[in-house]
Amino acid sequence: MAEAKAIDGRSLVRRRAGLRLWLSASWLGLLCLVALFAPWIAPKDPLAQDLFLGRLPPFWMPGAEPGYLLGTDSLGRDVLSRIVHGARVALAVALIAGTITCLIGATLGLLAGFLRGWVDMIISRMIDIWMAFPPVLFSILLIAVLGPGLVSIIIAIVVIDWTRFARVVRAEAMAQGAMDYVASARVAGRGRPGTMVREILPNVLPTIVVLLTLEMGIAVIVEAILSFVNLSISTDDPTWGGMISEGRTSVHQAWWVLVFPLVTLFLTVLAFSQLGEGLKDRFDPVLR
Amino acid sequence: MSFLSIRNLSVRLKKGQPLLRRVSLDVSAGEVRGLVGESGAGKSMIGKAVLGILPPSIEVTEGEILLDGVDLLRLPPALRRKRIGALAALIPQDPLTALNPSHRIGPQITDRLVDILGWTRANADARARELLSEVQIPDPDRVLRSYPHELSGGMRQRILIASAFAAEPKLIVADEPTTALDVTVQKQILKLIAGMQTRHGTALLFVTHDLGVVSKVCQKLSVLYAGMVVEDTSVADFFAAPRHAYSAALLAATPKYTDPAAGLQPVPEAVIAAVQAEVAAFDRRAAHG
Repeated sequence: MAEAKAIDGRSLVRRRAGLRLWLSASWLGLLCLVALFAPWIAPKDPLAQDLFLGRLPPFWMPGAEPGYLLGTDSLGRDVLSRIVHGARVALAVALIAGTITCLIGATLGLLAGFLRGWVDMIISRMIDIWMAFPPVLFSILLIAVLGPGLVSIIIAIVVIDWTRFARVVRAEAMAQGAMDYVASARVAGRGRPGTMVREILPNVLPTIVVLLTLEMGIAVIVEAILSFVNLSISTDDPTWGGMISEGRTSVHQAWWVLVFPLVTLFLTVLAFSQLGEGLKDRFDPVLR
Repeated sequence: MSFLSIRNLSVRLKKGQPLLRRVSLDVSAGEVRGLVGESGAGKSMIGKAVLGILPPSIEVTEGEILLDGVDLLRLPPALRRKRIGALAALIPQDPLTALNPSHRIGPQITDRLVDILGWTRANADARARELLSEVQIPDPDRVLRSYPHELSGGMRQRILIASAFAAEPKLIVADEPTTALDVTVQKQILKLIAGMQTRHGTALLFVTHDLGVVSKVCQKLSVLYAGMVVEDTSVADFFAAPRHAYSAALLAATPKYTDPAAGLQPVPEAVIAAVQAEVAAFDRRAAHG
């Protein structure tokens, strides 16, 4: 009886995890395709202005113009096409900045948590110092120094956010390092690098995956925030943050200019975090 | 010549309290020595020092650990690692944390043989299967493909025992191998360790706080108090007539099934005071060089 119940509970968790995983993965997969093939998918040129077609409403509202599905902004640029092209910047920042941040932060955290001693001292003090900087101001300062552009945004995200990984991975590696299986591996003759990679890393990996997907979501938000204060890439290329910023000024006359990029941003960030949770449930051997 | 010989080993917290005070003991080839004492007496610390897995916060201040005639403490770390890996193994205390949750059982036993000792994959796999049968695990092939969380505590402890014997070490340190198990399983596991030890002729350093276990498995015994060996004797002599007052009190404190009316006998305070005075006298001598 009890066993049957336990199995039911387990499959329920798994089905829900599966649904979450598939929904978020589909959204992100779709977004990747859209970003890759943006020039072919976008119905209009995202930069083409037409002042006679300014502030057209989305297709279901009276006064909509065919061909402009989600309406146009005050300069007559097609909102859908701009969202499609904006996905390129958003995803590039998410994937590149997320991955580099993860590699640097997780490596430092793993080293600090496993090796302890002076390595841990140095890395931990660096984390403490880093965390004392207000992140938004720090990033604005960094971009101001580096100059706007995609590379600068990625550098800013990596420089600021590596501590997110380092802190959590360090704590986790430390906990795993105290386990008897690590002692057994050491007794059997595994060196420190081997123990770290073969014994500790696989057990920290589920946490790293969750952090990585969260970080990708955060990177999308950071890019949007920087666009919002006009510190992102060149102002010509459409970005979601830039669209939100422009849409804000005309929200009473044309809400769609603000709302559609906002919803896209929201769904994307949500999808990243849910993807992480879903992957963790799926691949953690203890939960599986 | 004993296989493991510890001479005047002192260990302390870095810049702090001593944990082992000039501990000496010998384990001959094929012999089983018990290490008993209260929690914190330094039993496990000796095992960890022998296997080179002392935590980084702890340092060895003096002494020698001769493993097959070579002082481990004078070897460079890489060579020490290699020598310990080739000659010794560990049966850890808690079977729940002693297997890596991310790897299947098979690779956990065989990877070390292949990567570190240079066995072929086929030999290692055959060896793992043979060992699991030897520790009486039914359906070894299925177990080798399992993850640790799919197996019971007793099963995992059997696997750890099998794994410890895999490379035919000459010395095994068993660190309270039955403490985390329930009583019925304890008995089987104890029997299994004793049987394996006899068949393979492995020397065993058996850390425990259970004198009942000592009487069943060990030939020699070291009683520890506050990191000091207060008695080093054969198990037969110990149970006949312990020499040190503290060991006698420890023996008297062991509950007896045959005489439940006696209840629990704590170690008398006078005995504790006496042995603590010994420790203090030792520290005074050490302080004056």
